[in-house]
Amino acid sequence: MLTRNLSKIALMALVALLAGCQGGVLDPKGQIGIQEKELIITATILMLLVVVPVILMTLYFAWKYREGRGEAYEPKWSHSTKIETIVWAIPILIIIVLGWITYKTTHELDPYKPIASDEEHITVEVVSLNWKWLFIYPDLGIATVNELAFPTNVPVEYKITSAGTMNAFFIPQLGSMIYSMAGMETKLHLIANEPGVYDGFSANYSGGGFSGMKFKAIATETKEDFQAWVDKVKASGEALTTERYEALVEPTEYHPVEYFATVKEGLFFDIIWEYMGDHGRIDYFDKPDYAAQPPAGFELLERKARESEEASQ
Amino acid sequence: MSFLGKLSWDALPYDPIVIGTLTVVAIGGAFLFALITKMKKWGWLWREWLTSVDHKRLGIMYIILAFVMLIRGFADAIMMRTQLALATNGSEGYLPPDHYDQIFTAHGVIMIIFVAMPFMTGLMNLIVPLQIGARDVAFPFLNNLSFWLAVSGALLVNISLGLGEFAKTGWVAYPPLSGLEFSPGVGVDYYIWALQISGLGTTLTGVNFLVTVLKMRTPGMKLMQMPIFTWTCTWANVLIVASFPILTAALAMLTLDRYLDFHFFTNDAGGNAMMYINLFWAWGHPEVYILVLPAFGIFSEVVSTFTGKRLFGYKSMVYASGAISILGFIVWLHHFFTMGSSASVNAFFGIMTMIIAIPTGVKLFNWLFTMYKGRIRMEVPMLWTIGFIIIFSIGGMTGVLLAVPGADYVLHNSLFLIAHFHNTIIGGAVFGYFAGFTFWFSKAMGFHLDPKWGRVSFWCWTIGFLMAFMPLYVLGFLGMTRRLNHTDNPDWNIWLYIAAAGAFVIAIGIAAQFIQLFVAFRDRNKNKDTTGDPWNGHTLEWSLASPPQFYNFAKLPHVEDIDAFTDMKEKGTAYQRHAKYEPIHMPSNTNAGPIMGALATAFGFAFVWHIWWLVAASFVGLIVAFIARSYASGKDYYVQPDEVARIENEHLDNVAKG
Repeated sequence: MLTRNLSKIALMALVALLAGCQGGVLDPKGQIGIQEKELIITATILMLLVVVPVILMTLYFAWKYREGRGEAYEPKWSHSTKIETIVWAIPILIIIVLGWITYKTTHELDPYKPIASDEEHITVEVVSLNWKWLFIYPDLGIATVNELAFPTNVPVEYKITSAGTMNAFFIPQLGSMIYSMAGMETKLHLIANEPGVYDGFSANYSGGGFSGMKFKAIATETKEDFQAWVDKVKASGEALTTERYEALVEPTEYHPVEYFATVKEGLFFDIIWEYMGDHGRIDYFDKPDYAAQPPAGFELLERKARESEEASQ
Repeated sequence: MSFLGKLSWDALPYDPIVIGTLTVVAIGGAFLFALITKMKKWGWLWREWLTSVDHKRLGIMYIILAFVMLIRGFADAIMMRTQLALATNGSEGYLPPDHYDQIFTAHGVIMIIFVAMPFMTGLMNLIVPLQIGARDVAFPFLNNLSFWLAVSGALLVNISLGLGEFAKTGWVAYPPLSGLEFSPGVGVDYYIWALQISGLGTTLTGVNFLVTVLKMRTPGMKLMQMPIFTWTCTWANVLIVASFPILTAALAMLTLDRYLDFHFFTNDAGGNAMMYINLFWAWGHPEVYILVLPAFGIFSEVVSTFTGKRLFGYKSMVYASGAISILGFIVWLHHFFTMGSSASVNAFFGIMTMIIAIPTGVKLFNWLFTMYKGRIRMEVPMLWTIGFIIIFSIGGMTGVLLAVPGADYVLHNSLFLIAHFHNTIIGGAVFGYFAGFTFWFSKAMGFHLDPKWGRVSFWCWTIGFLMAFMPLYVLGFLGMTRRLNHTDNPDWNIWLYIAAAGAFVIAIGIAAQFIQLFVAFRDRNKNKDTTGDPWNGHTLEWSLASPPQFYNFAKLPHVEDIDAFTDMKEKGTAYQRHAKYEPIHMPSNTNAGPIMGALATAFGFAFVWHIWWLVAASFVGLIVAFIARSYASGKDYYVQPDEVARIENEHLDNVAKG
């Protein structure tokens, strides 16, 4: 009777758990997230191979050898090479397997690694501000606050920085998060394989308004839908100039969604360079050759450095 | 520059919750003050306890500090859980971020630095010298000073409640948030000085106990014959000595950033916050092993005592602890896989971390095989141990999962992480301290704890723990990140409610601990431990009276076995009456410790509020007090043989009576 009730409760809890998993990291909608979910499940099962026997043995031994049951009692028995070999060997074997999986998946899921796809990836520059997210689409020349959009099945490259405190850029249903840090650029590659509107937020505490630092990530069904979204942003007519950006930097909480039809060219790099006190700053757009192509961030810097090195040799 | 620096009337609290708390504390304090005055106990308290250099009394005072701070830290926990249970569906709850952010920071700092550390240090103080047959630690005055530095740090955290604010940065105080630009108030300064001063005390403790076990073991005791608790404490002390200076240096750099406009960790002028984060965890990760290794030792002692068996695989246990200590030092990066290190770096630190599971797994199996063919007495310490093995297995598993970078990319900073580390720190360290507390209570006090309330406490803690933290694993999977002030996701609500209810069950568990203490004190004449060996113990502390004679050992015992006292009992050499005793050389109590502790508090407080004359005065005072202590006479005395004989015979008569 008791066991039947217990199993009923367990079943209910399980159902509640699974039903509750809507929208979390166990309900992924993109390739990276799906791989990460599979990894979590594989690793957990592997470890349960040790954990479950340990728990059962603990309960069994505690019951079997308790005082008054008259079981075998060997007070001086304290060493057995056979058992000690086994208790070292079992965890070692499991960790070898898990270590191999870790090595393999860490490289596969490296957030810096572009996602292989037939589709051309799109680039979004992400800036964490107190307490909102600024998204710049350098190739499209538009920017938004607290709303992000991309077509389904198109990989997105995020270049991430911060205009102050450290945050983490995270869309749980799509997968990995990465810190945003001032004066630095971090990278993340994600893809949505199902259309939908996903919750995104900062996953690293950054002060008083942190709880409201949320955004929506819209995976549009088609590229046309995405283009329609871009047109909507452009229709706003607002321009994200340096002055407008400086106003945006002022701390706000639960900042509403904002659209900018145009963005000051190179704003993302201006934000990074600000913390260098402009030390070693270059103008990205000084040469016509470079102006012909969109700025590619530090790759551009590296290329310049390489070229000047070659020139000096 | 004003006489009181930045201190002004604005520093006084305005929040009704804080004012209420302070009122209760003030009434309680006044009552305690009146009680001690009425009983005319101030002189006794000062001479016998506060200035004591006796490791046993310091141990007891450390544990009292831990319990007092547990109340504060747990009050923070209850407030956080109720806030999160109320602030759902977009409601703001009753704690605005300004207050709530201080609470979660204080909760973390207090629970780790001022509850777990003093509890661990207290048990180590109490037992390690007894287990190795020493009469005190190597540097008794330093030991007293360490204690007062810990109290000084705890005082600063509590003063921040009434004057000014505490840090709103999380217990890790990552820059740039903890820098002057984003935290201009005094909160982070309180944090810095509380940790800096108590951390200095911890470093001194580490040095003290390392020298003690290396130089003061009783004749015959080889290193590989030291009791396992002493061994795990020794590994913890190695970690303390190696890692606490890193914290000291990191905090010193943060201090320079905040006070003298240096730019170690700032966003601008070439500073880099990543350096702080690395340094912080280069200390922070070993720190959790400092907390848990001695607890592992306690479980080993408890299992072998209450099964009436030798510990299975003693050598494996020693080497496993050593492996954990060394590996614990090269895994710090797993706290920030999401910072953008290359895949190879992340994989290295991930695999290193999971390798720690090997020696830890070996320990679990060794406890199991100690139970195998034992005769288990289900006393309260054994209950904590069995509860630990089960809960800690789960915590260890989730820890290894977080060590897989690919999993951490989605679980980092989530409530899954919060569940994991409470799972290991409560289920591992705290359960261990409670096991040790119950196990050694009669040794320290001379009477037993009440087992009925001990059981109530165990069950409430276990059930409360499962209710409070298992839902957090679920919430982590549901994508809830840590340090949120309020939420707006209906799917999360039920789990937040269960977690809050769990916190209240733990509250009953804590209350049961206090009732247990109260009942034990009330019935202390009934529950006397007359023999000093109530559990049929294996190690030397059980060969002494309870509480032990102030000089511990009348004659230093000669040790021939790991279970030294069991060996003596079997050979019939235990409880020997000696015809003649030698004079015993003992350290005198000193008021230098509490005085220096008070000066250190003034020093930290003055720094927090920029009261520069007081900084200078208290610093000079500290140096003068230290020099004065160094040149003081009357630092030691001899216990005469006839007094030793009298005390010893009284104990042996008690033992003979049973």
